[in-house]
Amino acid sequence: MLEPGAYGGGAVKTKGVKALLLPTWAVLGVFFLAPLVLMLAVSFRERGAYGGLRAMTDLTAYVRSGAWFANYVRSANPIYLSIAWRSLWMAVLTTVLCLLISYPVAWWIAVRAPRRWKNLLLGLVVVPFWTSFLIRTYAWMFILRGEGLLNAALLGTGVIHRPLELLYTPFAVMIGLVYGELPFMILPLYASLEKLDRTLLEAASDLGAGGAAVFRRVTVPLTLPGIVAGVVLVFIPSLGQFVVSDLLGGAKSMLLGNLIQNQFAVARNQPFGAALAFELTAAVLLLLLAYALYMKKKGEEVLL
Amino acid sequence: MSDSGPESDLRIGSPWPRRLLVSHGVLVYLFLYLPIAVLVVFSFNAARQTAVWTGFTLDWYRRLLRDGVLLGAVRNSLEVAAVTTVVATVLGTLAAFALGTLGRSPAGFRGQRATQALLMLPVVIPEIVLGAALVTFFGVSHLRLSLATVIIAHVVFSISYVAIVVRARLAGLDPALEEAARDLGAGAFDTFRRVTLPLLLPGVVASALLVFTLSIDDYVITSFVAGVGATTLPLHIYSMLKVGVTPEVNAVSTLLLAVTVVLIVAAQRLLQEDRRTT
Repeated sequence: MLEPGAYGGGAVKTKGVKALLLPTWAVLGVFFLAPLVLMLAVSFRERGAYGGLRAMTDLTAYVRSGAWFANYVRSANPIYLSIAWRSLWMAVLTTVLCLLISYPVAWWIAVRAPRRWKNLLLGLVVVPFWTSFLIRTYAWMFILRGEGLLNAALLGTGVIHRPLELLYTPFAVMIGLVYGELPFMILPLYASLEKLDRTLLEAASDLGAGGAAVFRRVTVPLTLPGIVAGVVLVFIPSLGQFVVSDLLGGAKSMLLGNLIQNQFAVARNQPFGAALAFELTAAVLLLLLAYALYMKKKGEEVLL
Repeated sequence: MSDSGPESDLRIGSPWPRRLLVSHGVLVYLFLYLPIAVLVVFSFNAARQTAVWTGFTLDWYRRLLRDGVLLGAVRNSLEVAAVTTVVATVLGTLAAFALGTLGRSPAGFRGQRATQALLMLPVVIPEIVLGAALVTFFGVSHLRLSLATVIIAHVVFSISYVAIVVRARLAGLDPALEEAARDLGAGAFDTFRRVTLPLLLPGVVASALLVFTLSIDDYVITSFVAGVGATTLPLHIYSMLKVGVTPEVNAVSTLLLAVTVVLIVAAQRLLQEDRRTT
């Protein structure tokens, strides 16, 4: 259709268009990339007596003393490792539950639901996708607490005689996480199921494959990019989550996110908080890199 | 969509019987909406402490209107969201336009992948990391935490959403329209202003509405970068929650939900309008 260079009429005008990227590069360069690099730098420093950073006079001596790596060594302390381990577990469990719950729903919306309902059903998933995570978490506080709705209902109907301890438990955190992340799984699954060529399923069926076999050997492989996208979109935020665990979890539900937040807000130990945040960032970036490589192999667009 | 025609058997390839599929779907929608519905309903409940319905009241809403601290937080949130929306929408739209235009040549352009990665990262990185990095940055550069630092943080995570939404709209445009404008003698600027921008407008407005929603709702990142006196509505709600669950929290949550749902539905409408016309 369009000759290369025909659009914009050559190098000069391309340069003009390119300048439109400058403000974005400037803002994200200064207020996104630079802060990330700075955070990495701060993670190698020591905490000062009153918060902030401890003055560093002799760089060589500092490096030799090994103090630069102290925050990372500290992060491998069993207490912190167990928190990281719990976060990982919770994130994996959240992702798996979201996937299991979402796939049939996405299938329903994309394939089986009457056409005139499709937009409405999809819209009903999109709305919670954008609405306040905080309020959606609060809703569960309201339901699960001792004198909350669920206990009131159970007591009222005589199922139980004293309120159950539902809030401030790992169970509550799990509900909150799944509840919060569910739309982020349904939407990418829907997108890939929508594109699914149903004649391939019919072909497999005509060749004698049963419903389960078609699903396992045709549908799942074909929608794998959507599954992978959903897994990434749910797993990453769950890993850094702290609002849900703070509001719905008890002292034993501390997650990596709470630990990081605590270093900045309460303990005033920015260097240690920065080291933890950087470790989380590194893990996330590795995951994203693997994701980008996978999508490239599949010839799919990566978000943009 | 496949075009296998109406005779295509929808049951093929479905490992779930229809009835199971529908009831599962209904349950999931109940799971998504019941908690919110309950929260809204009980913002009108007369009883202060219990989750038992004792009668309809608007008292909790009246109380909100007299709560000076809360109103201050609302004002802060509106200010932040307004400035964020304008800045992020302009920057994101320009970036999307440049990406779309330059990306049309088969070879792409220098820095294309770096730019795409740069725009993707703020969305996919955990919010807590962005908050931690920014508060470290503001600390080291001796920028006092204030509403301004909140606005900066919100702009950072909002540009990407605008770029993604507008870029998608741009991809659906017919390049022939711009070409025609050029052939008729319009310069690059005029073509953009009088042809491309009007066509992009639904996407731009939709992304502005979404950014306003994201900004007014954000808790995590704001909690890191808001200084004393820069309490936004979500920060205020959070501190209310920490003290205890009260009907006032339900009332203020309901109001915030109502505002954001209206914005989201409007944005959805605009984007669907898009799909129908292109």
